[in-house]
Amino acid sequence: MADHKINPNNWINLYSDYLFNYTISRVSDREMAQDLVSETFLAGLKSMANFKGEASERTWLISILKRKIIDYYRKINSNKGKAEVRMNYNSDSEAEGDWLEERVADPFDKTAEDKLENSELGDAIYDCMAKLPEKQAEVFKMKTILGYDTETICNELGITASNLWVIIHRARTALAECMEKNWF
Amino acid sequence: MKKSFLFISCEEAQHICDKRQYGEATGWERVKLGIRLSWCRITKAYSSRNNKLTDAINKAEVDCLNNNERDKLKQEFEKELAKHQ
Repeated sequence: MADHKINPNNWINLYSDYLFNYTISRVSDREMAQDLVSETFLAGLKSMANFKGEASERTWLISILKRKIIDYYRKINSNKGKAEVRMNYNSDSEAEGDWLEERVADPFDKTAEDKLENSELGDAIYDCMAKLPEKQAEVFKMKTILGYDTETICNELGITASNLWVIIHRARTALAECMEKNWF
Repeated sequence: MKKSFLFISCEEAQHICDKRQYGEATGWERVKLGIRLSWCRITKAYSSRNNKLTDAINKAEVDCLNNNERDKLKQEFEKELAKHQ
């Protein structure tokens, strides 16, 4: 049943940061992450007709992005000619990862485990941020993630410093509540 | 008068706590917050949740596009979008 509608006019506003964060935590290259997000949106546009509405737009875009990231790693591996990739890909199952390696925990690989947990934590934070009113999300993002100083944000958005702190307070309260329900 | 010099309201304490998350609370504000935290359960709970959120954000190393990057992405996308509409 088609529950979800597609509207590419809102994609940049709604999903660019989420997709970018998802990508950068997996490719660790800012420019490449931007390219992959851009390619994902363009691929989404081209294949809009395939959107059945069974999953949300974001889930659908993430599935395109995942393939782009896999392609990116395949490409760099084949370019290097060093790494021999012998991974079995399985997209039939409904389990979390498509790669066999994603399903097997390596008890000695603490770094990879931590990295995975951190990227999941990042996804959870973005899920909660998506529930904030647009203005709150924007101010929170500029202050907390981009690290802009108070004056810059106030000048850019035309708000006073006390307005900014009220918005930050509301955003942090809502986010902490959401994270408490979903993560902590 | 003297009381408000040292003792702050819960709202003010929360405001200082927010500023502290970004390293923007002054030394004096931190002292006032510390006094409030020593006896106010509400401030203590707020502060604990707030710190937890900051820790989570730092741990996750969340990132996003800055305004220039976002504008560039938007321009490229809108060009393509126009072709499809």
